[in-house]
Amino acid sequence: MKAYLTRRYRFSASHRLHSPEMSAEENRAAYGKCNNPYGHGHNYFLEVTVSGQVAENTGMVCNLADLDGFVKAEIVEKFDLQNLNTMQEFADVVPTTENLCVTLYQILQRGFSQAHLEKIRVEETMMNSFEYAGGGKIRH
Amino acid sequence: MVYLTRKAEFAASHYYHNPNFTAEENQRIFGKCNNPNGHGHNYTLEVTVKGEINPQSGFVVDLKELKEVLNREVLDAMDHRFLNKEVPEFFAKVPTTENLAIVAWQRLAPKLKAAQLHRVRVYETPDLFADFYGEA
Ligand SMILES: [Zn+2]
Repeated sequence: MKAYLTRRYRFSASHRLHSPEMSAEENRAAYGKCNNPYGHGHNYFLEVTVSGQVAENTGMVCNLADLDGFVKAEIVEKFDLQNLNTMQEFADVVPTTENLCVTLYQILQRGFSQAHLEKIRVEETMMNSFEYAGGGKIRH
Repeated sequence: MVYLTRKAEFAASHYYHNPNFTAEENQRIFGKCNNPNGHGHNYTLEVTVKGEINPQSGFVVDLKELKEVLNREVLDAMDHRFLNKEVPEFFAKVPTTENLAIVAWQRLAPKLKAAQLHRVRVYETPDLFADFYGEA
């Protein structure tokens, strides 16, 4: 039987929303306070949903230790307490939470093979959250 | 179609063990969860049903009835229980969060009349949950 398993992780990071392709006024208009020159931070929550058949012998879609190990090493260790703007991942894209969401999805998609990646969800604050499933549909 | 979700909480203990695995395999695969004395969680169960609104009552489902089915079929059987030893489905099945969602579905689906079961979600902790939609 097919089930979906969702695990929640957290990390804190700072960012500044600024596009070099826009003028100072345009940046200000587009990003408001988020354009302040020294940046600001968030406590992000990342929810990773994997899916697949529940194995008869383990009762699991995937071993949580594998998922935790991957996310801790490849995402939390690398993003926690960083300034997103200084990271290679955001050298060419503005570190909006939309772009962060796609970046994190791609890290999982490329590197985590123990279960099918269904979708991810990133909470920037309690009020804003973003979901991405690559080309896939999001099931609620 | 309208979807309605009812939440419930229960506390239970469990451990992960497959008698077909060696002691070493059980330890490697299940880690600390293999401790035979078990450990516990405060589980949250979310049951989502769907259906058309009854024009007379304005309900998709009579919540009182849904609550009764939920209490009888799931909570009475699992709340303050050692899942491996007291819930028959888990005598031969590992009581993982995935399997808890499946078992709750299997207990509820045949008992719901007016509404159709859409999803069962089980939170083992606020940071871990499993969803089952009745898919094969
Ligand atoms: Zn446990």
